[in-house]
Amino acid sequence: MSELSEFRNQTRAWLETSCPAGARGPGQIPWGSSKIPLESDVRLWLERMAERGWTVPTWPKEYGGAELSRDQYMVLIDELKRINARTPLTGRGVNYIGPTILEFGTHEQKERWLPGIARGEGGWAMGYSEPGAGSDLASLSTRAELQGDQYVLNGRKTWTSDAMDCDYIFVLARTDPDRPKHQGISLLLVDMNQPGVQVRPIRLLSGASPFNETTFENAVARADDVIGEVNAGWTVGKRLLQFERSTHAGINISGSQGGRSAESNLAERLKQFVPSRDGKLQDPELRERLVRYEQNGHAQRLTQKRVIEELKARAPGYASSAVKLTGALHTQEGDELLLAAMGTQGIVWDGPGLERSDSEALRTWLRQKSLTIAGGTKEVQLNIIAKRVLGLPD
Amino acid sequence: MSFSFTDEQEQFREATRRFLQDKSPTTEVRRLMETSEGFDEAVWKQLSGELALPGIHIPEQYGGAGFGPVELGIIMEELGRSLLCAPYFGSSVLAATAILEAATEDWKCELLPALAAGEQLGALAVTETGGRWDSDGIATVARDSGAGFSLTGTKSFVVDGLTAGFLIVAARTPDTGGEAGVGLYLVRPDDAGVTRTPLETMDATRKLARIDLLDAPARPLGEPGADWPALQRTLDLAAVALANESVGGAQVMLDSSVEYSKIRMQFGRAIGSFQAIKHRCADMLVEVELAKSAAYYAAQAAASGDPELPALACLAKAAASDAFVSTAASCIQIHGGIGFTWDHDTHLWFKRAKSSEVFLGTPDHHRELYLQRTGV
Repeated sequence: MSELSEFRNQTRAWLETSCPAGARGPGQIPWGSSKIPLESDVRLWLERMAERGWTVPTWPKEYGGAELSRDQYMVLIDELKRINARTPLTGRGVNYIGPTILEFGTHEQKERWLPGIARGEGGWAMGYSEPGAGSDLASLSTRAELQGDQYVLNGRKTWTSDAMDCDYIFVLARTDPDRPKHQGISLLLVDMNQPGVQVRPIRLLSGASPFNETTFENAVARADDVIGEVNAGWTVGKRLLQFERSTHAGINISGSQGGRSAESNLAERLKQFVPSRDGKLQDPELRERLVRYEQNGHAQRLTQKRVIEELKARAPGYASSAVKLTGALHTQEGDELLLAAMGTQGIVWDGPGLERSDSEALRTWLRQKSLTIAGGTKEVQLNIIAKRVLGLPD
Repeated sequence: MSFSFTDEQEQFREATRRFLQDKSPTTEVRRLMETSEGFDEAVWKQLSGELALPGIHIPEQYGGAGFGPVELGIIMEELGRSLLCAPYFGSSVLAATAILEAATEDWKCELLPALAAGEQLGALAVTETGGRWDSDGIATVARDSGAGFSLTGTKSFVVDGLTAGFLIVAARTPDTGGEAGVGLYLVRPDDAGVTRTPLETMDATRKLARIDLLDAPARPLGEPGADWPALQRTLDLAAVALANESVGGAQVMLDSSVEYSKIRMQFGRAIGSFQAIKHRCADMLVEVELAKSAAYYAAQAAASGDPELPALACLAKAAASDAFVSTAASCIQIHGGIGFTWDHDTHLWFKRAKSSEVFLGTPDHHRELYLQRTGV
């Protein structure tokens, strides 16, 4: 028996006995926040997986990982999917800042931060965009001034998803205002539990408020919590964006989020709203759109698999821009199809006689307008592909 | 199942690509597409002898190299890049696959070694004047007189049908309809009752013929009247091969667009610096990559006997056809005025894209089949 199939057998056996019933199928997935209580099975699953190093399977053992090879990682994800196990831990800790610290941090920083991230101790927010710096991120104006052994931060970050439930925030801030804009930025780790950090919710078009504005007023960060060189934050921060994009794209192999449960069956959902005969949608236009959607989804899943297989290193390449983009467009098309099938039923989101799942479809459609904006807009992704992959000039 | 090509497969791709770059520059493509036979005998001999390409997927016991659909896909992708004028698709892919899938052991032993060696050419005649790829499109009748079979009907759009030394013809037993009654028959083109007429094709790099059959003598290749499943598998495998050819062509269209965008100056700057061009090129890349995933994976599925192959073949064919047609159209657009001249090479691929798009069934046809086969 090959080593890999032996690994598969052992993994399968261990998962069968170790994954509690309450961690299978749809449900709660932890992302590190200390402010969100975990269901008991979810906590148990997280602890068991963390102990084995499988919340961050490819990380070095000394920092909380299991040093799995890419092939072993793929087997683990396969096996998680097989029993419909949820990912034990997701979020910006294991997916964004963790792999960034792993790549750019000092040994001391890795020891201090990574094991905790691997165990899900602390939820992370992302302090990148500002009111005046969106796609042109390098124009950011939040300042971090070194005073003694700490940095003092002042400024305003926007679109900080989940910030109200976060314990830490990684912040791109200007550490040298006299240098050209790309060369005076640093990436800092900041504790959110201090009076200088204020979070104000931003209400979205879906009516929900997972977004926030986060204000720093003389907030402090330890001087040794700058990741990478001081003023080299643009390079480090762009790397983190690649981890973000590859997470959106479903090709980040830092955490074990490949174990997410399968997509719901859109065809069956559509048939609840529009006539079908012998299982076929009667409306030819809708049927045409559905099959294009299904085929695109299939090609998309195959591409994710191919990109992961072709990864030479742990860190993702620029392919993440392409896969993030197609994934976002695909998901949005699914939302559009469902709304098209719902027709008039799709314009009311609360009231007597409405199914909860129907009103959720509407909110999802609204919320997921963000998919071609958040994590870099569609246009920014196309620019990245044109410039970095195809080498087209500025 | 994985996508990854092994080191040996990559080396094989390299060798094939070098050969084709050497033997099939577009000057050669243009020369050969104007000839009636459509290919260069000497190049075909080299390709058959030195590289053993025609028998790549034919088992060793029948004189082939004993590889499979993945290697065949590699060759097809490279052929899509180079547009080599040769009877590879018609003979090595369509005819050889039909024999492998449908023929009796005796026929395999008789026909395959010469096909594998490139010494004999075959062609597969499925479609008729209506151009349909489903079983209802087969109207040619096979009659059994007791002393032997004879075929009457008209086959059309037969790839490499004019140069083939034998024809494999899909015909049905009298008074049958649909999938029942379809059989594959071997017809010798020099026999009485067989008339072959060349068709003037838009894509001159891929020759098509019309074949009129009037009581033409025929011999059953497999089980008379029960060959539809084998023919369907043949068409699926051919769709996977054609999908791989198409992604090769689509990549050329993308590369050519990008290269031109970098050197063509307007308004004092390279046109590739304009976002309208940048985004169009990026869109092309995305489309090509998705189609490649589908085409490569389908070839792996064919090689490993994956039960999902019928659905994956449809996915690959539809995605690759769409990607090839759309990248070729974009390539013309990005080249501007020069892009729609005869002298510029883009139209060679554009025409191949269009003819491959409908060959074996349109993307819509394959989307419908995909729905049926995935049970959506």
